[in-house]
Amino acid sequence: MSKANRNIVIIGNGISGVTCARHIRKKDESAQITIISGETDHFFSRTALMYIYMGHMKYEHTKPYEDWFWEKNRINLKRAWVEKIDFEEKALIFSNKESMTYDVLVLATGSKPNKFGWPGQDLKGVQGMYSYQDLELMESNTKDISRAVIVGGGLIGIEMAEMLNSRKIPVTFLVREKNFWDNILPLEESKMINRHILEHHIDLRLETELGEIIGDASGKVKAITTKKGEKIDCQFVGLTVGVSPNIEFLRTKPLESSGNNKTLQTKRGIIVDRFFKTNIPDVYAIGDCAEFQEAPAADRKNIEQVWYTGRMHGETLAFNLTSDNPVPYQPGVWFNSAKFLDIEYQTYGFVPPVWSEEYESLYWEDDGGKIAIRFLYGKSDMKIKGVNAFGWRLRHDYFDKAISDGWMFEKVLTHLNKSSFNPEFFKSHHKAVLDHYNKQKGKSLKVHKMSFIQKLIGSKA
Amino acid sequence: MKTIQKIGLLIFAFGLLLFTLLPFFGTYQLEKGTVEANVKEIHSEKMVEVLSPMFGKTYSSNFAFISDFKSYFNAYNDCLKANQEWDKVIWDNYAFALTKASSTGPVSENPFLFLGITVLIGVFGALLYILPLYRGQTEGIKNDGIFFSSMKSKGLLGMITGSWLILFYIVLYWFPEYITNLVLMVDPISVALSGNPASQWFLYGFIYTLAIIVMGIRMFRKYRGNAYQTIRTTSVMFFQLAFAFLLPEILVLMNMPWHDFKNIWPLDYSFFYEYRIDGMISSGALGMFMLIWGIILIVIGVPLFTYFYGKRWYCSWVCGCGGLAETLGDPYRQLSDKTVKAWKIERYLIHGVLGFAVISTALTIINYFSGFAILGQATDQLHSIYGFAIGSAFAGVIGTGFYPLMGNRVWCRFGCPLAAYLGLVQRFKSRFRITTNGGQCISCGNCSTYCEMGIDVRWYAQRGQNIVRSSCVGCGVCSAVCPRGVLKLENGDEEGRINEMPIIIGNNSITVKA
Ligand SMILES: Cc1cc2nc3c(=O)[nH]c(=O)nc-3n(C[C@H](O)[C@H](O)[C@H](O)COP(=O)(O)OP(=O)(O)OC[C@H]3O[C@@H](n4cnc5c(N)ncnc54)[C@H](O)[C@@H]3O)c2cc1C
Ligand code: SF4
Ligand code: SF4
Repeated sequence: MSKANRNIVIIGNGISGVTCARHIRKKDESAQITIISGETDHFFSRTALMYIYMGHMKYEHTKPYEDWFWEKNRINLKRAWVEKIDFEEKALIFSNKESMTYDVLVLATGSKPNKFGWPGQDLKGVQGMYSYQDLELMESNTKDISRAVIVGGGLIGIEMAEMLNSRKIPVTFLVREKNFWDNILPLEESKMINRHILEHHIDLRLETELGEIIGDASGKVKAITTKKGEKIDCQFVGLTVGVSPNIEFLRTKPLESSGNNKTLQTKRGIIVDRFFKTNIPDVYAIGDCAEFQEAPAADRKNIEQVWYTGRMHGETLAFNLTSDNPVPYQPGVWFNSAKFLDIEYQTYGFVPPVWSEEYESLYWEDDGGKIAIRFLYGKSDMKIKGVNAFGWRLRHDYFDKAISDGWMFEKVLTHLNKSSFNPEFFKSHHKAVLDHYNKQKGKSLKVHKMSFIQKLIGSKA
Repeated sequence: MKTIQKIGLLIFAFGLLLFTLLPFFGTYQLEKGTVEANVKEIHSEKMVEVLSPMFGKTYSSNFAFISDFKSYFNAYNDCLKANQEWDKVIWDNYAFALTKASSTGPVSENPFLFLGITVLIGVFGALLYILPLYRGQTEGIKNDGIFFSSMKSKGLLGMITGSWLILFYIVLYWFPEYITNLVLMVDPISVALSGNPASQWFLYGFIYTLAIIVMGIRMFRKYRGNAYQTIRTTSVMFFQLAFAFLLPEILVLMNMPWHDFKNIWPLDYSFFYEYRIDGMISSGALGMFMLIWGIILIVIGVPLFTYFYGKRWYCSWVCGCGGLAETLGDPYRQLSDKTVKAWKIERYLIHGVLGFAVISTALTIINYFSGFAILGQATDQLHSIYGFAIGSAFAGVIGTGFYPLMGNRVWCRFGCPLAAYLGLVQRFKSRFRITTNGGQCISCGNCSTYCEMGIDVRWYAQRGQNIVRSSCVGCGVCSAVCPRGVLKLENGDEEGRINEMPIIIGNNSITVKA
């Protein structure tokens, strides 16, 4: 498969494109690798955008590699927007009409924020939050304002609320669902986060949908109405109702001049198989912009829009591009994490918001209402299926193994002190959780104990 | 900011301003008796003669006084030097002692009043500012606005603070005669503790300890809910107050040599100097204990504790320099340089200093046991070079003065020979590591940004590799600020501690090595 001196061009300098480029370079000395992006000169961490706004970091801190890294690894960086792709001629056309050819093309163009055709959605002061440019826009849009409204109760929504909160800008947070993020989180967890949002003096409005956005004479937002008919004055509206693949520029019709140009097959995203191949030879798609013909696993979606999957797509494609024996993409046990204001969240395996008869769950919440853990396990086989943890860090390797090897739930429960990843000296709750379970089930399981010496020298035993 | 905090800052600024201006007040008058009381007997007669033109004169500023003193004193010495009468030259520096003794201003009359309106009111103002911090907010570290802050991100306020600190250290080390007024304020405290009047070092220790305590309280506010940070901060506060400040003074009261039991060679670079060894040996059982304890710490304590817990047991739990860095310096931790270039410079510098310390100490010991036959007094010269360049300029002026410019661990990272020694053990034979939690890292950069040692923690975390670095002081802040729960400081089996080519969990297609 690998040919000498191939000219590999990657559109998109996000986690998927960059990971792909790095791993190609590790195995292929001769390939010419170019990464193109119109967003920034260098790879930065999109997940850290919020921290720039909040003053925790500057842009330069969000760059995972120093600037010399690219030249040292002979990865060419080009700052430009690709306007069209001529798949027949294997050429990219940039917005300044320059062009560039490729032998292998990797599309890693990420996502863009959704807009659902609300009246007033294009007014000044209304925006989504995805790119570096969005961040700059938000900086100028939120100068000297007295209220902001966030529409959409997902991860980016709560991040945006936290960002504004850090600048002491009052926020009203419209969430369509009954509880925050309850299409992902089970009820108790959702309610816990509801409470936490309110505790931060964020005006959370559940079961509230945006009606329209109202502008003033100068075309700036001045208020919104909800579908319930309430009017809220505001000078900023954050639209955070999900993202979708950023492939508008690829959808354009074939170039007139080259008659029989091929078209890329797309639906919501760029259609790929398990090898990240599109319908056009030598063209691949990875990361947020790719849509699998078939979901890569039972508990996975056709479009995977998280950092970790972007990285794995990049790794796998790089392997395939540098190996004679390509392998299909096969994700392992699901994991994810987030931070809801002050509450950290980690999840491993399968924990849907509601589950069928086959499963049983154990949920424990600390009295303070900020630490919680939920296990899902098989009713009949008693094997652990997944875990949600809030304010409680868990060991990834432990749960990856426990879930993929189908460990007995009760064994995991009695060894919770071993699987905790909390910093030293933190109060441990594994006994409380076990007591809770024992009480519920009328059992008397005991915690797996560590000796004093083991504790003293920190042996994991 | 709440009104009470603003008032607190104003009060603090007032105290600081007065503290800064105080050295310029007061009058100075030298008498014959003062000279006799403050110089060595062999110099007494000569000094009285040399300084007699100053007797009875009232100087309205210390500048005028010191300038006259120096001109008479230097004229005398220069004349002898010109005539090569080396044995008659007075090498002792009496400027500080005589200026202090000649002070007749209000400070010497009312030391407590002035201590109150400078240092104590500063502490009061600082606490007014600190105690309400994060009140009414939920637990959790709030780094909001740090990079918009002039103080914390090398803005004007940071520059001014840095310059003030640098100036303070220069005066303290090399021109203490100009701050005798400040030293006079703490005289009664020193007398109460050790029975002796205060030196500039007592003043320094006093302020140093207060800084660690007040800013330690700030740590409690800032890292609320993080037990590791709270306990560790309590520990450095305790060791500074008890071991570095109180105990040594009490030893002096008991006619023992001033000794800080938690200070370890080669940070305590004078430990093997002749006067220290003689001091310990001539102080009976306790003195012998000091010597043996000090050696045990070096040869057993450091390797053993570092093997089990990493260098953090010392650097961020016990050490005084570390204590100041972790409390007073905490607001500046994000300013450390994370580049690979800085790391390279760090390795050359810190091991260079370690080499220098080891060689100069080895020569000292050899010389000592040979009865000064080999090098004679040459080691003294070596000591004064080390003391000047490393002990004062590097550790003090650069180490602390540069907090607001290069972060709070400049000395610990680039200069401290003990940190270099601890680091070697930590790197090659220890159970300590920072474990990376599988594939959970999102490369956000919080960990690297807030690592005071300039370790690019993210570089390891994002490839699923444990962090095993000689410079890591185990402050635990990278772990505390990580929004995804990726980092855990822990002690564990040596096997698997260093995973050079980790496999990131989560992708079953292939087992790529990072
Ligand atoms: C605010 C925010 C927070 C997030 N937090 C998390 C989190 O905590 N955890 C998590 O797992 N995921 C998170 N995500 C999702 C995660 O960031 C994305 O899944 C991931 O960045 C996608 O990576 P990618 O490489 O596919 O695309 P991207 O990172 O979007 O990179 C695509 C790049 O291609 C460029 N590009 C696109 N079209 C063109 C063109 N025509 N010409 C030139 N350049 C082009 C884009 O400008 C962009 O720079 C977050 C996303 C956002 C927006
Ligand atoms: S702070 Fe945590 S998530 Fe962010 S880069 Fe560091 S280890 Fe990764
Ligand atoms: S790596 Fe972490 S624990 Fe070590 S010094 Fe840096 S911030 Fe502190």
